[in-house]
Amino acid sequence: MKSSVKMAKLTSLFVISLSFFCISEAVFEDQVGKFDWRQQYVGKTLFAHFESNTQSSKKMFVATDKNIFASFNSRTGDLLWRHVDKTGPEGSIDILLLHGQDALMVVGDGRLLRSWDTNIGGLNWEAVLDTGSFQAACFVAIQDTVKLVAVLKKAALSLHYLSNGHQKWVENLPDSDAVQYQAVYSGGEEEVYVLGVVPNSHLTIIAYSLEDGEIIKQRSVEASWLSSVESSCVVVGQGVLMCVDPATLALYTLPIQAEETPEFSQILLQSLDLEVSPGFQPVLVSSQPHPARSPLSEFFLQLGPDHHVLLQLNADGYTIAPLRDFQPAFLVSFATTGKKTVAAVMTPKNETACAINLFSVDSGRRLLDTTVLFPLELNGGKPHALYVHAFLKKDDSVGYRVLVQTQDHALTFIQQPGRVVWTREEALADVVTMEMVDLPLTGTQAELEGEFGKKADGLFPMVLKRLSSQVTLLQAWLAHLWKLFYEARKPRGQVKNEVTIETLSRDEFNLQKMMVMVTASGKLFGIDSKSGSILWKHYLENVQPNAAFKLIVQRTTAHFPHPPQCTLLIKDKDTGLATLHVFNPIFGRKSHIALPALPRPILQSLLLPVIDQDYAKVLLLVDDQYKVTAFPSTKNVLQQLQEMASSIFFYLIRSDQGNLSGFRLRKDLSTERIWEVVLPTEVQKIVAVKGKRPNEHVHSQGRVMGDRSVLYKYLNPNLLAVVTESTDTHPERAFVGVFLVDGVTGRIIHEAVQRKARGPVHFVHSENWVVYEYWNTKSRRNEFSVLELFEGTELYNSTVFSSLDRPHLPQVLQQTYIFPSPITTMEATLTEKGITSRHLLVGLPSGAILSLPKMFLDPRRPEVVTEHSREENLIPYAPEMPIRTEWFINYNQTVARVKGIYTAPSGLESTCLVVAYGLDIYQTRVYPSKQFDVLKDDYDYVLISSVLFALFFATMISKRLAQVKLLNRAWR
Amino acid sequence: MASVPRSFLLLSIIPTILILCADFACCNTGRKTGDGLDTDFSGFSVPLEHSFQVDDVSRFRMRGALQLRGGRETSVSLSQSQLSEEDRNTLKEVAAVDGLYKIRVPRVSLTDRQTERQMDGYLTAFVRACSLVESHLSDVITLHTDVSGYLIGVSIVTIPGACRGTEVEDEVDLEAFNTTLTIIAPTNAPQPETALFIERMDIEHEKRGKPQEQKSFFAKYWYLILGGAIFLMASSSAQPSAGGAEEQQS
Repeated sequence: MKSSVKMAKLTSLFVISLSFFCISEAVFEDQVGKFDWRQQYVGKTLFAHFESNTQSSKKMFVATDKNIFASFNSRTGDLLWRHVDKTGPEGSIDILLLHGQDALMVVGDGRLLRSWDTNIGGLNWEAVLDTGSFQAACFVAIQDTVKLVAVLKKAALSLHYLSNGHQKWVENLPDSDAVQYQAVYSGGEEEVYVLGVVPNSHLTIIAYSLEDGEIIKQRSVEASWLSSVESSCVVVGQGVLMCVDPATLALYTLPIQAEETPEFSQILLQSLDLEVSPGFQPVLVSSQPHPARSPLSEFFLQLGPDHHVLLQLNADGYTIAPLRDFQPAFLVSFATTGKKTVAAVMTPKNETACAINLFSVDSGRRLLDTTVLFPLELNGGKPHALYVHAFLKKDDSVGYRVLVQTQDHALTFIQQPGRVVWTREEALADVVTMEMVDLPLTGTQAELEGEFGKKADGLFPMVLKRLSSQVTLLQAWLAHLWKLFYEARKPRGQVKNEVTIETLSRDEFNLQKMMVMVTASGKLFGIDSKSGSILWKHYLENVQPNAAFKLIVQRTTAHFPHPPQCTLLIKDKDTGLATLHVFNPIFGRKSHIALPALPRPILQSLLLPVIDQDYAKVLLLVDDQYKVTAFPSTKNVLQQLQEMASSIFFYLIRSDQGNLSGFRLRKDLSTERIWEVVLPTEVQKIVAVKGKRPNEHVHSQGRVMGDRSVLYKYLNPNLLAVVTESTDTHPERAFVGVFLVDGVTGRIIHEAVQRKARGPVHFVHSENWVVYEYWNTKSRRNEFSVLELFEGTELYNSTVFSSLDRPHLPQVLQQTYIFPSPITTMEATLTEKGITSRHLLVGLPSGAILSLPKMFLDPRRPEVVTEHSREENLIPYAPEMPIRTEWFINYNQTVARVKGIYTAPSGLESTCLVVAYGLDIYQTRVYPSKQFDVLKDDYDYVLISSVLFALFFATMISKRLAQVKLLNRAWR
Repeated sequence: MASVPRSFLLLSIIPTILILCADFACCNTGRKTGDGLDTDFSGFSVPLEHSFQVDDVSRFRMRGALQLRGGRETSVSLSQSQLSEEDRNTLKEVAAVDGLYKIRVPRVSLTDRQTERQMDGYLTAFVRACSLVESHLSDVITLHTDVSGYLIGVSIVTIPGACRGTEVEDEVDLEAFNTTLTIIAPTNAPQPETALFIERMDIEHEKRGKPQEQKSFFAKYWYLILGGAIFLMASSSAQPSAGGAEEQQS
């Protein structure tokens, strides 16, 4: 007990000394969700299944390219549960099979077999599979009940019990070096069939006994035209393999179970009066409604991008009857409910909608009253996949709901008779970059602004204009009053503040902004930052999957009547060729500005503070011949550029050559190379370069020290932080290099090496400091290091900063701390004027976002506390950085796989808007120095006003009394 | 320099020496071979070239020779000639049109002379010609090396650095360079100071802990305990009632 008391005292001393400086920022319970919101996403759907085929079922299951298995409520589109697996190939989902309450999943290219309980999303069991790449899997039924699952790997076939995942047997496949085994089939018999192919030679069929895995039959069939079973063959009817050959334009059938040596029988498509679109690879689609029974004998053959045919294999097993021709038809899908199987076909209806109809599979007849309309958005993706949930209605007719996946990864759920129940924009699971744009002023405010903006044209018109704008203001005020009065009569719950694109306007403190998000799929979103509702979306087709994006705000909303303008630079990573997409960030509409031709790969883009006559900032694009293209490139701009060419500098970094070089613009928009720094790639490679944010303000030029002298900050706006990693990865010799380079002169301001360290390095560069985080290979821990630059106690030139005239190197202070967690991303808070103290927002792998006061990362934290350091409010140095749970700004709203954090200033100096994106999107506000400029919610207006009034009356009365007294005295 | 491999050996054997040699050993990481190091003592020279043209097209000419000395203590010296009459005029002309004065040095390694030939290219830096003229050719040239002794960058500044447009009348001021030359190797970033912190904690611990440790619980409150005990005894002896007896039984 004694020792614990002592310990407590020691630690409490420490805690007290710390807590003096930092402000607790936890959210109160009633504030949850008031200023913040979170949206959860899953990514691009690869597999989707509906729970059971009853009308009342609500669940659906998806597996996605982000390695996520999730369940949605099909009535609302909300997530019921979600399992986020490892990123990369290790967690990739190879297949998702659903049977009853069990969802079977093969994960990580055949590494694991998992079974999930679909009711609650719990894991039933998990089995580690033998090595080998995954090929196929299917359910296997014994005597009409599904008890097993068969997994086909490159060289082995294994059977697992559905109940507990135990392996029934595993057999090596014969001759697996030569034969590519690609499919496994079970039709409810005593055997399971494996189909393999030797490309352009023959097909191998092996039948295994379910009981013990013994090979019952093994046959090879001549098939010189066949290259892949997977892509060109399906099983239809009573175990008949149906293949399509694009070269001979023929269908081939082969009974799998046949006893004698079989042969493919050929049916020419011509004989069925079918024609394949030129250059199109025909695709077969079949359906096996129940694993215990053989597949349907009806199947689809896709002959062109919008041409499908429903065919039926006759009972004899080698003749085919066409049932119905669908042209045009984008998508087809089978759906089964009870004993009935239907085919859903999506056909284009008009410009704005597609129609989905159900057809009877047996006859190809259209079912009545089954038309559902799918609305096509103007700037949306084309339909990509169709998932149909069919069910039997009370009158035994077939009803259905349909999930349509479009190319932009959006999921739309539609119910009969054509009502869109919900839409999920899954492209938002992969946000690449974003910007926050101020909302426009309201109409009346804008009018006033416009009045001041216009040039004077005589006294009388101006008076008239003023009067008219005053009248409109009065009108708006009256309307506002009326609305207040009208809404006050209504009960509280009914008053809804629906945000629509028409009602968008800036609020008093500019806390509500438009979030423009760019996703990897090429879809752009405009999201209201207050509510999180998507206000506009725009899908850019023809965006390569590996494209790099850069979003630039060329004109803000401040230049009424010119609309705000954003430019998205899309660069193909392979060719380097770039395209521009210019749009209005508030409405998402593409602007019709003439775009410059960019025939050459673009190396660098830079936004100049120069503005053209329409108040758009000028964007310079540097191509691989170091020629510069300006956008917009009006005469005015070119003239301005010529005038200031000699003061426009830019840098290029070629990390593959370790080369940093600087250029200066010439009058003819060509460039000259003026400096060059080369970091030998044999020693270290450049991993990241960051400048400072152009919209950052620094309020105080220096820091007042304990002895009342001022330590001036080195505030170089052109400073670049270059981070390198050593090529030598040995833990003793690995290092991380940090270079501070002036982007104009190429001068290396500081060069530091963190020994025994390696990446991934995350860093923030702001004001006069750089904070970076790395992995210490020797101590095996994450560490934070902070670099601060100071000019000293005297400023060289206090009026203006010029990189060309700053001969003295700054003083560099650095300190390092241990951080008890790995991190995934880091950003610093940003406020309007830079008065508020800064915090670092650190995204942790756990999904928490930590708001770490910059005060803790201060290289002047003293080892030994002195009078001066106490005066300065410096926290005594402690090697370990604390993580306090009340610093988590997202309390329990974890953001899965945080990829980036975006910060934007608001109109209130104390408030910084934060958006964290990754798999989820989380928006909140942070107050790094508390809300010093905001009155509290529970501020007592009544008390303060009553005191004021009381004082006022007291003075009045006492004045009167004093007057009377004076008068009386004078009379005396 | 032959002692380098030996010091590595020592390092692995006797950890205590590590602290003494840490800096020294670090300087040599990344070095591939020990051979060719002997030449380091003699040093070698590389050209320092400059370019100043009215049309801002780079035409580099010899300015001087940098005498580099690699190894344990890298040093550098510069021998340069005076500017010719023609050069002076050109420089003044360049300064008048706000042109640039550029310098360059070849990429070399200070330690590993073998790789010198493989590396091509130059490191370039510039300064405004007017500031060079106005500072009467007093410039500061800094060479930067990386951890393994490669030259990675060069920088040039003049003191004072500003262009005020003052005329330099005297031709003599523009004859000879007044150059300050330094070579900078990367600094080692600090590690977390755990040892010092623990030491400090220990001191604090002792400071605060000692007086408390000497006085134990009983030593501190003996009078209270004693008083309490006496009081209890007194109260129990004064009232040997039935209640007291019951209490003792239970």
